[in-house]
Amino acid sequence: MTTTTLAVLVPLLPFLGAAAGLLLGRTAPGFVRPLAVLPTLAALVLAVLVAVRQGGDAAVDAATELTPTGSVPIELAVHIDGFAALVAVLVGVVASCVQIYSTGYLRDDPRYPSYAALVSLFTSAMLLVVYSGDLIVLLVGWEVMGICSYFLVGHYWETPEARAASIKAFLVTKLGDVPFLIGLFALAGDTGSFRITKILGAVAHGGLDHPTLIALLLLAGVAGKSAQFPLHTWLPDAMAGPTPVSALIHAATMVAAGVYFIARLLPVFETSSAAMVVLAVMAAVTMAGSGLAALAQDDIKRVLAYSTIGQLGYMTGALAVADRGAAVFHLLSHGAFKALLFLAAGAVIHAAGTNSLAAMSRMRNLRDRVPDAYWTMTVALLALAAIPPFSGFFSKESVLGAAEHVSTGHTEHAPAAAGWIVLLSGLLTALLTAAYAARLWLLAFRGRGADAPDHGRQPLTMTVVLWVLAVPSLALGGLTYRLLPDWFDGRDLTPTLTTSVLGTGLALIGGLVTYAAWRHTTALAARVPLGAVAAHPEGDAGLVEAEAIASHTPAYGNIAYAPDPADPGRLLLGPLHHSAAVGFHLDAVYRALFVRPVQAAASLVRFLDREVVDAYVRGAGALPRWLGAAVRRAQTGNVQTYVSALLAGTVVLAVAAVLVATGA
Amino acid sequence: MHLAYPAVLSALLFCTGLYGVLARRNAILVLMSVELMLNAVNLNLVAFDVWLSKTAEETLHSGQALTLFTIAIAAAEIGIGLAIVLAVHRNRGTSDIDKLRDTAEGPGPDGSGSDLPDSDALTAEQAEKAEASA
Repeated sequence: MTTTTLAVLVPLLPFLGAAAGLLLGRTAPGFVRPLAVLPTLAALVLAVLVAVRQGGDAAVDAATELTPTGSVPIELAVHIDGFAALVAVLVGVVASCVQIYSTGYLRDDPRYPSYAALVSLFTSAMLLVVYSGDLIVLLVGWEVMGICSYFLVGHYWETPEARAASIKAFLVTKLGDVPFLIGLFALAGDTGSFRITKILGAVAHGGLDHPTLIALLLLAGVAGKSAQFPLHTWLPDAMAGPTPVSALIHAATMVAAGVYFIARLLPVFETSSAAMVVLAVMAAVTMAGSGLAALAQDDIKRVLAYSTIGQLGYMTGALAVADRGAAVFHLLSHGAFKALLFLAAGAVIHAAGTNSLAAMSRMRNLRDRVPDAYWTMTVALLALAAIPPFSGFFSKESVLGAAEHVSTGHTEHAPAAAGWIVLLSGLLTALLTAAYAARLWLLAFRGRGADAPDHGRQPLTMTVVLWVLAVPSLALGGLTYRLLPDWFDGRDLTPTLTTSVLGTGLALIGGLVTYAAWRHTTALAARVPLGAVAAHPEGDAGLVEAEAIASHTPAYGNIAYAPDPADPGRLLLGPLHHSAAVGFHLDAVYRALFVRPVQAAASLVRFLDREVVDAYVRGAGALPRWLGAAVRRAQTGNVQTYVSALLAGTVVLAVAAVLVATGA
Repeated sequence: MHLAYPAVLSALLFCTGLYGVLARRNAILVLMSVELMLNAVNLNLVAFDVWLSKTAEETLHSGQALTLFTIAIAAAEIGIGLAIVLAVHRNRGTSDIDKLRDTAEGPGPDGSGSDLPDSDALTAEQAEKAEASA
């Protein structure tokens, strides 16, 4: 088979798996698990084959036009360069791990068939985005991911949090998708094609008339999909979905799509230095803000969600300094360790029976209950905090190195301002990342108090994938940073000495400060008892998690926050803690700015409809009703009245007839 | 005999019957008034038949034949009418036409509950008035 055929099969197999799973889920439940796991595994194997055949050489391009569609042709095209090949492998690995993990995590879930099919569809849509060489085909995958995230985040739709979160995820990403669509049309209007290769060719010859406008419109869609400020608010709330879905959304699909899209079309963004500065500012605000917010979260998954936002900030930061190699390198290593973090967090939540760090910090021996999750999560957190030699170190240093490269005067592709913004915020975020990673680890695994409840061992399917993902989290960066430039643009990804020392030093400072604060506050934990655990600890992990999410607000007063004086984050953030816990009141601002006006406009429309439009309708009905009431009075039921009227009529007719006959 | 006598008599009879139909409240008296009107017509038919047969060479006396026909119909009609009146009387305990108002327009489909007692009171009032005038 040619590389093109293989590449077409990669997104097609999970799609067929999803269709078969949805069709057979009810009638043949025995086939559901194979149908969920095998197509995804096959797609992974094929993606690896495609990557091997492509080998970082010239891009593989193929296109076929099904039917003429008017002015700008839409073609079914694949465009596989080194970025596409490697990102597809990452998507395949993470999706396969998530599917295998889900068979254990949701083993008793009655909605598992539809869940597994939607995960397959999600995977297939992401693979379509990755391989597509045509922007409209890419948009199809992009939107399918939007609707899949809506269904999967709302998997526990019995809980109001999940319902609200799924609608929020859908609406916020759609808010970005509208400008994105307009941007795509504007881009096609300027360059005359939806094909990525043709667009890049046109851009190289200066064929773009409105670069800033197009870049900003596309950025809006990317901000929505990749959860960048100011459209990031859906991502922490999306934690109301099952943990494997969070792993899938955060590591490989959905949020990665935005970054990947900019990486593909980076020359378009490079033509506008204003767009690059906007991208840099967006990345800086996202990074720093999410780091502070992550330090104040109580839900273990919300900490990870904010950390995803921050790491995506690193990727957009790398794109803002025009180094897509560094961005995709960080995307790959982040995909591995973030998937691992979420899957391990799922195991921890199952074992602890709660998703609250405050409650976990009052449990002794939680790490002995989940040894696999403990060790792998330690590896992943070290990777997240960018401690050498874990993979996160190399990818993050490549981003910081690229920013430093631009800020020291190499401004052919990106303005120096963007370089400085990304560099400084990146260093600050390195400090914050290490701080919240340390806080999470200390609170979850170094708790003191009563023994953690024993809910038995995790299923093998849930622990094996953790070790599978621990390998790339540990070694991906160190082994590949010399090889990857051949696959990417050829730019060096080796860490530079200055940023490595600065970044690692700041990370160590962050970790040590958090440790000191934790030593200081942990004595308080014994004095303030806190915590609620799931009502059905013997259920499968999905049930435990759904109950933990549903009980967080009643138990602690807020979905993101716990009144825990023993929290080191509270000491570190000081007066900022409360606003950081609620995401710097951004939801309240949106509520005041958008939700309330929309609701007020809706009530105005309702008033106009009920009181103004309906007044005419009711008036049109009232006149005939009054006439009818008047005529009805004649219907007395008395036969003699009727006969009298008959007589009167006859007389009148007779007189008239006589008058006519006599000609009077 | 001049034609005017039977014509005037039949007109008087018809008017009496008409008044009875319109004004009497007892259903049996109304039926009797209907008979009066029919017979006024019969009288006319016979009188004009005789008047016409004086001038005509040959006649079939179709007026008189029609009279016989009308009498037969009237007999059947009064039989059915009285049977209905009997049945009504047995069911309702009355054969007062003013009280048989089942076909009256009730409160309208959009009428609220408060309309119901009002219209009932109205019909009761009308019935009282009719009784007083009868």
